[in-house]
Amino acid sequence: MKKTNYLLRNLTVLVGVIFIARLFYLQILDDSYEILSNNNAIKIKLEFPERGYIYDRNNILLVANQPSYDIMVIPREVKFKDTLAFCKLLNISKRSYIKRLEKAKHYSSRIPSVFLKQLSKEDFGALQEIMYNFSGFYIQKRIIRDYPKNSAANVLGYISEVNEKLLAENNTYHQGELIGTGGIEQYYEAVLRGKKGLKFVQKNRFNKEIGPYKNGSLDKKSVAGQDIILTLDSQLQQYGELLMSHKRGGIVAIEPSSGEILALITAPNYDPNLLVGRQRSKNFTKMYLDSVNKPLYDRSLLAQYPPGSPFKLANALIGLQEKVISPNTTFLCFHGYRYGNREKEFMKCHCDIYNSPINLDLGIYRSCNSYFSNVYRRIIEKQPTPSLGIDTWKDYLESLGFGNYLGYDLPTGKKGLIPNSDYYNKYYPLRNWRAVTTISNAIGQGEILSTPIQLANFTAIIANRGFYYTPHMVKHIKDSVIDKNFTTAKYSKIDSGNFEPVIKGMYDVFEKQGTARYYRLNDISQCGKTGTAQNFKRINGKRIAFEDHSIFIAFAPKENPKIAIAVFVENGGFGSTIAAPIASLMMEKYIKGKTSRPLLEEAMVTKNLDPLYRHQQQIEQKIAKKK
Amino acid sequence: MRKRNNNIFKGIDWLLVLLYLALVFLGWISIYSASMNETHYQILDFDVKYGKQLIWILLSFAIIPFVLLIEAKFYERFSSLIYLFSLLSLLGLFIFGKTISGATSWYVFNGVSIQPSEFVKIATALALAKLLSDKNYNLKLVKNQIKAFLIILLPIILIVPQPDPGSAIVFLSFTLVLYHQGLPKLYIGLGFGFIVLFLLALLINELLLSALLLFVILIFYFIVKSKKTKITSFFIIFIVAVSYIYTVSYVFNNVFEQRHRDRINLLIGKTKDSKGIGYNTRQSEIAIGSGKFYGKGYLQGTQTKGNFVPEQHTDYIFSTIGEEFGFLGSSLVIALFLAFILRILNRVKYQKSKFSRVYGYGIAAIFFIHFTINIGMVLGILPTIGIPLPFFSYGGSSLWGFTILLFIFIRLDANKYYEW
Repeated sequence: MKKTNYLLRNLTVLVGVIFIARLFYLQILDDSYEILSNNNAIKIKLEFPERGYIYDRNNILLVANQPSYDIMVIPREVKFKDTLAFCKLLNISKRSYIKRLEKAKHYSSRIPSVFLKQLSKEDFGALQEIMYNFSGFYIQKRIIRDYPKNSAANVLGYISEVNEKLLAENNTYHQGELIGTGGIEQYYEAVLRGKKGLKFVQKNRFNKEIGPYKNGSLDKKSVAGQDIILTLDSQLQQYGELLMSHKRGGIVAIEPSSGEILALITAPNYDPNLLVGRQRSKNFTKMYLDSVNKPLYDRSLLAQYPPGSPFKLANALIGLQEKVISPNTTFLCFHGYRYGNREKEFMKCHCDIYNSPINLDLGIYRSCNSYFSNVYRRIIEKQPTPSLGIDTWKDYLESLGFGNYLGYDLPTGKKGLIPNSDYYNKYYPLRNWRAVTTISNAIGQGEILSTPIQLANFTAIIANRGFYYTPHMVKHIKDSVIDKNFTTAKYSKIDSGNFEPVIKGMYDVFEKQGTARYYRLNDISQCGKTGTAQNFKRINGKRIAFEDHSIFIAFAPKENPKIAIAVFVENGGFGSTIAAPIASLMMEKYIKGKTSRPLLEEAMVTKNLDPLYRHQQQIEQKIAKKK
Repeated sequence: MRKRNNNIFKGIDWLLVLLYLALVFLGWISIYSASMNETHYQILDFDVKYGKQLIWILLSFAIIPFVLLIEAKFYERFSSLIYLFSLLSLLGLFIFGKTISGATSWYVFNGVSIQPSEFVKIATALALAKLLSDKNYNLKLVKNQIKAFLIILLPIILIVPQPDPGSAIVFLSFTLVLYHQGLPKLYIGLGFGFIVLFLLALLINELLLSALLLFVILIFYFIVKSKKTKITSFFIIFIVAVSYIYTVSYVFNNVFEQRHRDRINLLIGKTKDSKGIGYNTRQSEIAIGSGKFYGKGYLQGTQTKGNFVPEQHTDYIFSTIGEEFGFLGSSLVIALFLAFILRILNRVKYQKSKFSRVYGYGIAAIFFIHFTINIGMVLGILPTIGIPLPFFSYGGSSLWGFTILLFIFIRLDANKYYEW
């Protein structure tokens, strides 16, 4: 009897121990239940902040936001029967419905994904009322961009959905989220984006939301993106875009005293509104595949052209600094410059001053090739070896912003090219090259390449008499300070005194019998330099000459310059025919707010190079086919 | 009132009362959490579960004085009558019973439903105590054994067809009482054997099971052969077992209706339904497991708030504790139940009257089986058998039943100094 007394007691204790052991396992050892419970009952909703607006330097709104409505789907919650009615409502085919649903399922059956993008406001109104009939689908409001001005698409960039690669790398983004791509939108993504909010919502077992989780104590409010005020002058930008119609090329205008970019034009450009809304991907694909006009290619930053004659100014500056010439040094020109005994060792010149001394001023405003060939030769030959000569020369050019990225606040760019001794040693394995072998460098031809923005920056250095601020697009961001890099002056290796003779020459380009004398203005003192860059293309190993690029750099006014500008027009012929008048018109427009030369303006606007481009393309194709 | 009753409160085991109050309190706050929704704030609202339960609790408290004031001898004397009356109440279900969630186990008066099987436990405990405490009663006699088994089996026979197999199983806990009182171990073995055979008969093909059985018996025979056991007795056991197997499967397949079969199939895990009983256990495990060490905090359980655990306020109430109070809280509740049952067993030792002793042991067995089966199910270590957790699960009948069951013992215990 005594023995059996303890049976129930022992059983009870045993069961108690088993239970506590089981609880220990469930609650302490096994971590999976917490996750399961959270998956079950807590839904994390993202609150997307409003993206910052973008304004121009005069507070003109360039980029705003507008609401857009996406239909979202959670595949495993799709349970209704009447698919046909649903398809009819959305105006999609049943096949498209199945395809879209499959795609969503492939991503996740639990997590919402976009079913149909960017409904029109009318569709949204009609759908909103009856959406609850279709379980698993809901409408999500999203904010997309709106561009009040059809301008500066290349500067602004656009926003697009984050791609799979970025999703995998960066966990701050979620599928379907929008991210700045290109231009300001990309470079200042972190500023414009703002901070996403999180909302924890308690669900019940029917997946219905029944209220905030922990009374919203874990929620995080979204923080709207910051607005950005650009240095861009949108009126000048639009004006430049107008002048560049039916042409290819780029214009960069900089305020020399600050490095602020006033205009950054590429032609052909596109309407930024094309990359918004339901037609976005269709438009994008079309532009992306347009290999002829390349509207998505920003020529002002990416196109590397030989700088042509404006580069002579750089050689003049280096020559003065190296004291191989003075402003009074004269050279002779014989419709060209003979640098060797062989027939072809002769550089032609169109300055039309035969066998008469040419000083620096005249050399600049008549753009004498012979003069600068002499200068270049003296610079290189001053050093004991051509290698040292070239490398010294390159040092100066780098301090003038050539041959490397400038460090501006836009996401694309090209380095350009200033050759150094290694470059020529590779090119001439016997190392038998000399100053005259590289004589094209004297006139900005040959191997030298620069982008329009580099040339504009170079012009700003001349305008500033020796220094520059890194060109930049952003003038002001609320609550934050502009990058110090943009507010510190960077000095070139040329003494400021050496700029005056060069500026005088540039002034005389407009004033005396200079190459841009037809664009002289009474009320603005302009300084400039024309350029006509020869344009060769290698097709099937053949070097084919095409119509020259028209180039012009300028700043104005001469004292306290307000604007420095570089204009490239592809195949525009002489610098004085297209690039110079465009530069002059833009400077006038910026300084005075209006232009006084309607005929010139109209001539530029209507100048249509498209037939020429088509013709060149046909030639190219013909040659390509021949092989 | 007689003078003796004034002293009853002196004899009351306050520790047991305290444990009872603690369990009832924890039970109610769990029901509050499980059935609360943000729009209701009225605690005494009869429309919401926790409001109803609070009323049931208050009514239980009102019953307690009556239970305590009744003369201890009354329970012994009237036990047979109470037992008979309770059997009648079960029989009455066949005529007046109301079917709630598939089981005809309820009487409904004015919207209040009462489940008589909860009270039959009390009557059975009393009747069994009365029978076993008889001076002339000897459990070694087969006649007496049959009497005892009848007392236990009659309610089972009436409850199983409701069908409410969960409640019926509870009555098997009384065999522990018989064992405690000296029933030969053979019976326990036999009973266990029949239960196992019953389940196997439903799970395995009859012919295969019979063959297996024959195999087992033959092996067993060859092991014990040396002793003077006769092969005939083994043969008889085999014949009885096989006929039992066939009877079980016949009754199951031909007498029971499909809905009964479904319930039993689910019970023994023959059919798996992810959104059915398997789902309940899974969600219950998730609720408890996600509570971690300290729990999510009272009223902060996401599984509880989201109603992920079906029947959480009744059979799965313990998952609320697990989720909101964590390992700490649930261990405490288990400790409280252990203390409660052990305290009853402890008091049983001091009973001079055999009636009190048997009754006390009986109710300890009942609490034990409820505790074990319910929490075992909620923790996912026992199959799903729907019986309430005493004092915790929502429901007036079970709360009243358990309260009366307990306080009759407290009354008997308080009386121990005056009897015999």
